Amino acid sequence: MSQPLALRSEAEALAAPMPALLAQAEHLASTVILGEHGRRRAGVGDTFWQYRPAQASDTARSIDWRRSARSDAAFVQDKEWQIAQSVLFWVDQSASMRFQSDANIQSKSTAARVIALAAAILLLQGGERVGLTGLRLPPKRGEAQIRQMAEQLAEDAEVDYGSPEAQGMLPHSRAVFVSDFLGDMAPIEGALMRAADRGVSGALLQILDPQEEAFPFDGRTVFESMGGTLRHETLKAGDLKTRYEDRLRERKDRLDHLAKVTGWQFRTHHTDRPATSALLWLYQAMERRN
Amino acid sequence: MWPIGPIGFLSPWLLLGLLALPILWILLRAVPPAPIRRRFPGVALLIGLTDDESQTDRTPWWLLLLRMMAVAAAIIGFAGPVLNPQNQETGDGPLLIIADGTWADARDWNARIERIDALLNDAARQGRPVALLSLTDLPETTLFQSASAVAQTLPNLQPNPWEPAEDALFDWINTLPGDFDTYWLSDGLARKSRDLLLTDFEARGSVTVFQTPRQTFGLRPARFVDGEILVSATRTPIGNDTTIPVVAIGLDPAGVERQLVTVDLDFTAGEPVAERAIVVPPELRNRITRFEIDGVRSAAAISLTDDALKRREVALLSGAGDQEQLDLLDPLFYLREALEPTADLIDGTLSDMLLANPDAIVLADFATLASDETEGLLEWVENGGLLVRFAGPRLAASEIGRSDEDPLLPVRLRQGGRSIGGTMSWGEPKALAPFAETSPFFGLQVPDDVEVTAQVVAQPDPTLASRVIAQLADGTPLVTRKQVGEGSVILFHVTANAEWSSLPLSGLFVQMLERLAISTRPSDIEAGELEGTTWLPEDVLDAFGRLYDGRTLAGVDGSLLENPSPGPELQPGLYSGNDRLIAVNVIDAETALATAQWPNSVTVEGLDVSEETDLKGWFLAAATLLLAIDVIASLAVGGRLRGPRADITAALLALVLLTPQWAEAQEDEFALNATSNVVLGYVLTGDEHTDEISEAGLRGLSRTLFQRTTIEPSAPVGVNIETDELAFFPFLYWPITPDQGLPSREAYGKLNRYLRSGGMILFDTGDADNASFGSSSPEGRTLRAIARTLDIPALEPIPQDHVLTRTFYLLQDFPGRYASRDIWVEAAPADAELAEGMPFRNLNDGVTPVVIGGNDWARAWAIDDVGNRMFPVGRGRTGERQRELAYRFGVNLIMHVLTGNYKSDQVHVPDLLERLGQ
Repeated sequence: MSQPLALRSEAEALAAPMPALLAQAEHLASTVILGEHGRRRAGVGDTFWQYRPAQASDTARSIDWRRSARSDAAFVQDKEWQIAQSVLFWVDQSASMRFQSDANIQSKSTAARVIALAAAILLLQGGERVGLTGLRLPPKRGEAQIRQMAEQLAEDAEVDYGSPEAQGMLPHSRAVFVSDFLGDMAPIEGALMRAADRGVSGALLQILDPQEEAFPFDGRTVFESMGGTLRHETLKAGDLKTRYEDRLRERKDRLDHLAKVTGWQFRTHHTDRPATSALLWLYQAMERRN
Repeated sequence: MWPIGPIGFLSPWLLLGLLALPILWILLRAVPPAPIRRRFPGVALLIGLTDDESQTDRTPWWLLLLRMMAVAAAIIGFAGPVLNPQNQETGDGPLLIIADGTWADARDWNARIERIDALLNDAARQGRPVALLSLTDLPETTLFQSASAVAQTLPNLQPNPWEPAEDALFDWINTLPGDFDTYWLSDGLARKSRDLLLTDFEARGSVTVFQTPRQTFGLRPARFVDGEILVSATRTPIGNDTTIPVVAIGLDPAGVERQLVTVDLDFTAGEPVAERAIVVPPELRNRITRFEIDGVRSAAAISLTDDALKRREVALLSGAGDQEQLDLLDPLFYLREALEPTADLIDGTLSDMLLANPDAIVLADFATLASDETEGLLEWVENGGLLVRFAGPRLAASEIGRSDEDPLLPVRLRQGGRSIGGTMSWGEPKALAPFAETSPFFGLQVPDDVEVTAQVVAQPDPTLASRVIAQLADGTPLVTRKQVGEGSVILFHVTANAEWSSLPLSGLFVQMLERLAISTRPSDIEAGELEGTTWLPEDVLDAFGRLYDGRTLAGVDGSLLENPSPGPELQPGLYSGNDRLIAVNVIDAETALATAQWPNSVTVEGLDVSEETDLKGWFLAAATLLLAIDVIASLAVGGRLRGPRADITAALLALVLLTPQWAEAQEDEFALNATSNVVLGYVLTGDEHTDEISEAGLRGLSRTLFQRTTIEPSAPVGVNIETDELAFFPFLYWPITPDQGLPSREAYGKLNRYLRSGGMILFDTGDADNASFGSSSPEGRTLRAIARTLDIPALEPIPQDHVLTRTFYLLQDFPGRYASRDIWVEAAPADAELAEGMPFRNLNDGVTPVVIGGNDWARAWAIDDVGNRMFPVGRGRTGERQRELAYRFGVNLIMHVLTGNYKSDQVHVPDLLERLGQ
């Protein structure tokens, strides 16, 4: 008798983070007011953009006869370019993202998911297609896509540090990698290089906890990674502070450098700061054309 | 016990534990503090970093020292350190602790109890059996018990207001078993019984006496000598000049006990007795109930007065008027002689005498009285007066009491009277017959030489026989008496001078007057007089000089009172019987006090030796404190004070260190806030909504006052009547809600103080829309419950000329949100009069402490933060008018609180102007 009940409650527990994630993301997305979003250039689309004199390359079918009849030249009606962009997200779901130094601030994974989802909502509203890397969720449009994205993002991965999956990225599409980038750099580098090879540009958003930035420890301490695979013991944690900060800065510089080389953008977000600023930055990074 | 300097240890071998400290030092030093495990994703960046130095895995030396000290304090604490250990000889065997337990002990009884406690502690430590007793309260058998059991009975040991009885002591000493050591807490007074006891005790073991050199005072009974009261006190004749204050205490005319007279007694150096005579008006003297040495706590410092000091007031009046005659022929001469030593005599006219309400009035040969004098006299007799009349030529010649009985004569009289034994008459002068048993004179010896030569004669009558209290040998009534109301009328059928009889010349005359309670009995009691009588204790004294109601105690045999010596059967106090009082005092007129002297063989110690202090608790507390510091310090060293938990620790520390100051600062802030300006207060009811409305209402009223008057109040303050000081607020608004709890007893005390000292409370039941006074709304019931214990004067509905109607605005109505007229204020005094030509009565005193109504003023006054009205009042323009009147009522009320009744004084303006014009 208890089995269906247990199943139900487990299912509910599993589904519980999803609506909350969606709600948070929608809430966050609603704080961004969409400004100019059209491509502001002629292209394939439905809405009128401009009349232009017909070129030799234009087929006779494309000539707008109603306009041409009012003058001697032949005119072609340009539509505004409305080709939808594909934006693929990779959000680090590894154990290290679950770190949360204070009950009052979000965990890194929550922040990452909320920001990514909110950006996806905004992009969907802008008419783009969004999806997840790694062939998990091909880019599509529509509300259902958001639900599916939220479902997939709500899962947690077992690995200690995540590495981006670069498969499934369409050529010349856009990509967003959200992670703490504290793990091994080689996969990150590889993924970025592969993306650059395909002409994919995008944004790297590094999410860090304030404690990871400040390293406020002292005394004899055993540091363990969230999954417990890495372990480091020190007798005087306070002495490590400067060296830790050096290393962190070095890591950030390297990411920044990588981004510049591959035509990506990079920014660090701290979980104790409002997520809106990160979202805005992310959205504008998507808008920017190189 | 193993003493080091002033400190001894109960279990010194525990101190060996201190040897282990160095080992502990090494151990602690070798063990580094345990690491903290932290989950931290940034560890990936840490991999490969090494520590600079490797020394910090050792505990820092100061932390080690701290721990060493904690451990050392614990070890020392458990070793039982004692400051000033008592080094009594470790005697064994039974121990007898005796206290004199007399009134002289009472003054420092606590010190004695503490000393005994210390002795018992010693005995407990040494495991000696102890017997503890007081010499004034000897047990039937003396049991030696364990000291801890005896210590439990220590509170039962109380001093008694008498001295040990010698024969009882001797009986007791014979019952004592075996040998024992003795500790004797002496009261410092010499006593005959001491020597014998001491001999016996010394024979059985060592004797130690505890005695402090000091003076003991005793107050002797005050005596009445030649119209003065002689107050005397005695002391142990050591020491210098001293002055002790003695007060006479009695009831004042209102029946309240207070100090009537104060007198200082000066002792000269080495002198045991000090005396001083004081003159006290009879009126005052008769009210004195006791003398006390001020500030001395002992039964000996109190001397109760009995009838000895009381003197009866006797009025003497002669019918002869102011005839010029020889003193010896004056009808009142013998009476004066007889009464003067023991009674206060009053002369004057009859009406003056009646005003003085004397105990007895003597009318000598007084025949006719004016009718109002008769009435007054009769009334006085009926109220308990004693009227004594003497016959004489006038009475014999008058027509009073011939045909019917005169109310002021006990019998009817025959015309003329008779004279016997004279030259012109038959028979011999008659002697007195022995007094009958029913007569008040029964028992008095009749001298042979008393002869009666003339008298008035009573008319035979059915009631005559019962009224005769003395008769002549031939059976002729000589003295007759009848009861009138509560008093009585007595007629001596002879004259008060020696004209008709030799009775006034004899000692019998004085005794007869005494028996009739015309004069006071002398204080000394005649032998055998009290035999077989029973006396009831009225008040009894305890050893500390406190008076207790003695009416629950059994009566005592009169023979004990003849030569009173206080004891268990006869407690000092006041005994009544036979309509007189006898005081039994600890100190009598002959008591002499002397300091007890002890032979050299006896060790004499003072009472207060250096106090033994157990330091165990202190050491253990220090150890705990050090360990607590160690906890914080180890956390700090281990890095646990930083990071996530640091704020909690800091908050805890701050809480521990700052709480008291914070509370104090808050209290100060409240007081400053309330006193730096006029502040209207409202009582916090506990209902948040009501409190908000009260605040908003008073805010609106404050603003109105600010705009319209010179009163410029600060923001209103909520007052918690349980905790806050009320005295800062001239005015409190108290909304009543049905579910309000009753204030605590302390809060009631504060409220009553507040009301008495001029504060005003406006009770607002806010129910005038659906209830008027008389009908009971839930709010009204709550108000009644709350006000029941408050000190509220009589109330009345606000009269038309109450000063509230004109303190600022002229008002006749006092509406709030509702416009009920049921407003209650303190009732005007009943004698307030409407002066002619004045619109108001003269009501000049006091501000009404409460105003009670149900018009929900707060809602009418209420404004929100930006000044908007919060609640509608009435409808349209009428409603606005009503709100305006509500504000005016508020202004008038605060004006009334702050300025009192000066507007009421305006009624005097014409008078003042007229006076200025002159």
